[in-house]
Parts: sequence; C-alpha cells; structure tokens
Amino acid sequence: MLRFLISRLVQAAIVLAVMSFVLYALIGLMPGDPIDLMIQANPELTPADGERLRRLYGLDQPIVERYGRWLADALSGDLGYSRAHAVPVLDILLPRLANTLVLLGLAFVAALAIALPVGIFAAIRPYGPADTAINLACFAGISIPPFWLALLLIMLFAVTLGWLPAGGMATPGMESLADRARHLVLPVLALTLASVGGYTRYVRAAMLEQMRQDYVRTARAKGVGAIAVIRRHALRNAMIPVITIVALDLGTLFSGALITETMFGYLGMGKTIYDAILANDFNLALVGLMLATATVLAGTILADIAYAALDPRITYRRARA
Amino acid sequence: MTAAPARIEAAGTRATPARWRRFLAHRAAVASAVVLALLAAAALAAPAIARAYGADPGQVDLLNRYAPPSAEHWLGTDALGRDLFLRLVFGGRVSLLVGLAAAFGAAVIGTAIGLVSGFAGGRTDAVLMRLTDAVIALPLLPFLIILAAIDLAKLPLPEGWAEADTASLWRIVAIVALFGWPTVARLVRGTALSLREREFVLAARALGAGPARIALAHVLPNAVSPIVVATTLSVGNIILLESVLSFLGLGVQPPTASWGTMLTNAQELIWSAPALAVWPGLMIFVTVIAFNFLGDGLQDALDPRAVVTRR
Repeated sequence: MLRFLISRLVQAAIVLAVMSFVLYALIGLMPGDPIDLMIQANPELTPADGERLRRLYGLDQPIVERYGRWLADALSGDLGYSRAHAVPVLDILLPRLANTLVLLGLAFVAALAIALPVGIFAAIRPYGPADTAINLACFAGISIPPFWLALLLIMLFAVTLGWLPAGGMATPGMESLADRARHLVLPVLALTLASVGGYTRYVRAAMLEQMRQDYVRTARAKGVGAIAVIRRHALRNAMIPVITIVALDLGTLFSGALITETMFGYLGMGKTIYDAILANDFNLALVGLMLATATVLAGTILADIAYAALDPRITYRRARA
Repeated sequence: MTAAPARIEAAGTRATPARWRRFLAHRAAVASAVVLALLAAAALAAPAIARAYGADPGQVDLLNRYAPPSAEHWLGTDALGRDLFLRLVFGGRVSLLVGLAAAFGAAVIGTAIGLVSGFAGGRTDAVLMRLTDAVIALPLLPFLIILAAIDLAKLPLPEGWAEADTASLWRIVAIVALFGWPTVARLVRGTALSLREREFVLAARALGAGPARIALAHVLPNAVSPIVVATTLSVGNIILLESVLSFLGLGVQPPTASWGTMLTNAQELIWSAPALAVWPGLMIFVTVIAFNFLGDGLQDALDPRAVVTRR
C-alpha cells in the first residue's frame, strides 16, 4: 500500500512537472509582451530601456534556463506575483481554492446522493418504464450545455420567481452564513445537475452488471431478501467501478465548476484562471491551473485509497508483469 | 430488380440485418438519426436557404433590433438586427463542422497511439498509457482556455494562416483533437492486446506480414465498431466544448455565427430578450442529445456484448 502510494505520488509529481514546463512555455505564446506593456504604461521608457529591462528580467535567455529559475523559485515557496492584483499569487488563490472546494464538495455529494438511489432503482427493473424515464433524464442532463443550464436557472429562480440571488458571493452589507448559503444554492444546483446524469448512468450500469452475477442468484436462492441482496451484496461490488469512474471525472467536475463560477460570479479557482487569462495575468493563470490540477490528482489518489478500503481483494502489492 | 435477392443474401452472411434490427429497435437513436440528418441538410444547404429566405445572416439592420418574430424574420432579430433564424442555420454549420472534424481528428490520433501502444508493448506502452491516464485526469476546460488564448501570430505557422477568417475555427478543432484522443487510444490498445496472439494474426505473421500490416489490415478492422461508437459519443461532447469556449469568447470569433458565440451576451439578454438566449442553447441541446442517443444506438447495434446485457 505504502509503495503504491509513493509510486502514485511520484507519477503525480511527474505530471505536474511536465505540465508546468509546457504551461511556462505557452505563456511566451500569449498575446502581448510584458515589456511592451510596461513601455506603453510609462511614456518615460524608451526602447533602449526596454532592452535593459528584458536583460534585467532575464527574458533574453533561452526558455529552459528561465523555466529552471522559475522552478527553483517555485520550489522554495516563491510562486511570484499576480500582475493584475499586485499581490503574491497564493494570497489570491488559496481563499479561492477553498471557495471552489466548498462548491465542488457540495455538488459532488449532492450528485452522488441523487445518483445512487436513482441508479439502483433504475437497475432493479431494467428497460421498464421507470428505467426508460430515468435514462431519458440522464441523457438530457449530459447533453445540456452547462452554461445554458445556469442561464435557465438564473432566468427561473432569480429573474422570474425572484427567490434567489442571480450571482455573487454575498449581499454587500448583509454578510452572514445564511446569506452565503443563499448565494450557494444556484451554483451548487447547476453543477449538481451537470454531473448527476453521468453518475446515475455509471451506478445503473455497475448495478446491472452485478445483478447478473451468480453470487446474486445464489443469495436470492438461499432466501436473502430483495433489499438485503442489493444493499449487502450487489451494491458493495458495484461501488468499485463507480468510484473509479467518478474519480476520473473529477477533472470534468472542475471544468464544470469553472463554467458555474463564471456564470454566477462565484469567486473560485475556475473563474480566477479564466479572468487571469483575459487580463493577461499569466503567472496567476499558470499557478492557478497547477494548483487545480494538483487538487484533482490528489482526489484521484484518494479514490484509489477508498478503493482498497472497499475491496479487500485489492492490496496494491506490486504485480510484476 | 433481379439483383436484389443476391444483395440480400450477401448482406445476410455479414450479420448486417441483425445490426440494423438492433439499431432500429432503439427508437431514440432512430429519431436522433432523422434529426441529425435534417440538421446536416440545413447546414449544407445554408446558403441556398438564405437565398430562398431572401436575407443574409450577417446583414445588420440597426432600425430593426430585437424585432419580434414575423413573416419576414421567423424568429425575430438580435441586438444588431440580424435575422435569428438564419444565424441559427449558419451557426449549425460551424458547430457540426467543429464537432465532426475534431472527433475525427481525435479518433485518428487515438487509433495511432492505441495501435503503437498495443503492439510495441514494454516501455513504450507504459509511457503512452501513463500519458493517457494523465490527459484523462486533467481538468480539460482551463487547458483549452489557455490554448485558445495563444497568439497564433507567435507560432511558426505558414504565411497568412494566423490571420485567416477561419483560424479560430480550426484552432478549436486542433486543440480539442489534441486532448480528445485517450478514449479511442484505450479501446484500440485493448483490441490490439486481445488480438495480438490470436490464430489469424499468428497466421499472418507466419506468412511474413510485418507489424504495420498486421496492425492496419488485421487488427484495425476489428476495432472499427468501438471506434465508431466512441467517436459518435464524443461529437456531442465536442459540440458542448465548442459552445462553452465560444460563449466565453475564446472559441469561434465573431462575426462568424456559432451557437456558442450567439449566446455570448446571453447573461444580459435574459433580461432584455430571453428568446435570443433560449434558441441557440436549445439547438446545442438538441444536437448534442441526438449524437448521444445515436452513439447509444450504435453501441447496441455494433457491440454484441452490450446486447447480451439487454434482457
């Protein structure tokens, strides 16, 4: 187990390292040039000053060397400044990561809390009317553009009914936990609806697969009740593939969060990355994306551990091929 | 007339009628195929539709902004007085083109990687599969946003490419294909691994066929069904991605109409002209759900194992 964890962590570190280099190189391809921007902002600067600044910041050096220096700084804890906000990037990113985790966590739990019972229910009588209806709803959920769904929710609950705020984190001057919760309802609902269809289909497919197995028939034959067969036998085994797929979907969930956050003006990581790119604040975007990816990878590793806890057959001992 | 019986017999030996029967039994898939055929026909005939309709999708008419539906403008006009119906028709061209082209590109890359991985084995296989895992786990959208923000003029592209009107469209196709290949790569690798030691492959090898010939002539045909299913299912996803990127202002660039760009100002529109925010989203929804149902139906028809699970 320990060995497996270490190998997974090493893998994640390699992914992050490769990614940081690619992203660092990509920043050079972004529109606008930082020195040109400085010259434009300050009429006193001449092109000759620009050359000097370029040398001062090391921008005349090859990319590998610049990246090496950036990496050394980053590993020693200096991740640089945000150009647009003029503060260290982590000062912006950490509170927003917390906001995103709240949004993701609530939506993830809500989606699973719906998908599990509904998926199991659909699998009990496959191809019956209830299953067909659930299947249609799932396809609709998967196929609806998430930003458009958010728009429809705003249209219904904020514009027409006026029950909930259309966006933002809190009502200025009225900050309280209840107010924060009111602002969370629509973003969480939008993100939940965007992922619940897929999750329900995974649960249903995994349950169907288990219900056809011999051990289920054996359990039934020896008189185990219908609910106990599902709960004690089929569901436990069905959870294993469900966890795998749901964990692999964490990246997709984060992508969904980016859309949701942007639509509702929710100050999370996704919106921060998007806004940073539009504002040419590439260091903020780069570190933000690294942090988001690290979070997602951590989630998949956690899922692997949960996997071992659920399935005693899995020991993660090294299987030499 | 006389040729007909022979054709049926030939088809019968290839299990095609069974596939057709299974596909036709999936009513949602059949309906989706019809819907998609209509959408594709409208997209192909868009210029002719515009001529018959007597208008131009890019024609600005500032005296006629936010016009309600009328005989002249079937669905009314947008913020610049452009005809909404025609913009939807032309937007469909872009969405379908991007969806199909990127799905095809991803399938080609995925097939190549899957074949190499399945046949090379060893370290090459391990590295490629770790790469596949990594791409699957990544939060895709922020990556696409960064790639979509790249200044094409800074890339060593052939003269004039970066400035072309269609550059933003092909850029989306390229970056989606660049991240969309892992599903097909895994499927093809799986097929390659399972067939590698089968008798007909060994026979081909004994007859002197090289690895490239075995991969392309013997393994690839057996992987076609899963590739077709996965690719069909991916088209819907890609159309969703394109619409999100265009909506965020990083996809297809105006004045080219795509369903996503038409929703760019939708957050303001829901207060002033809700219909403008509803129609393009509805088109995306219908198209994407149709591709998903079609893929589901093809899976039933082409993948015999899936049929066993059915009843």
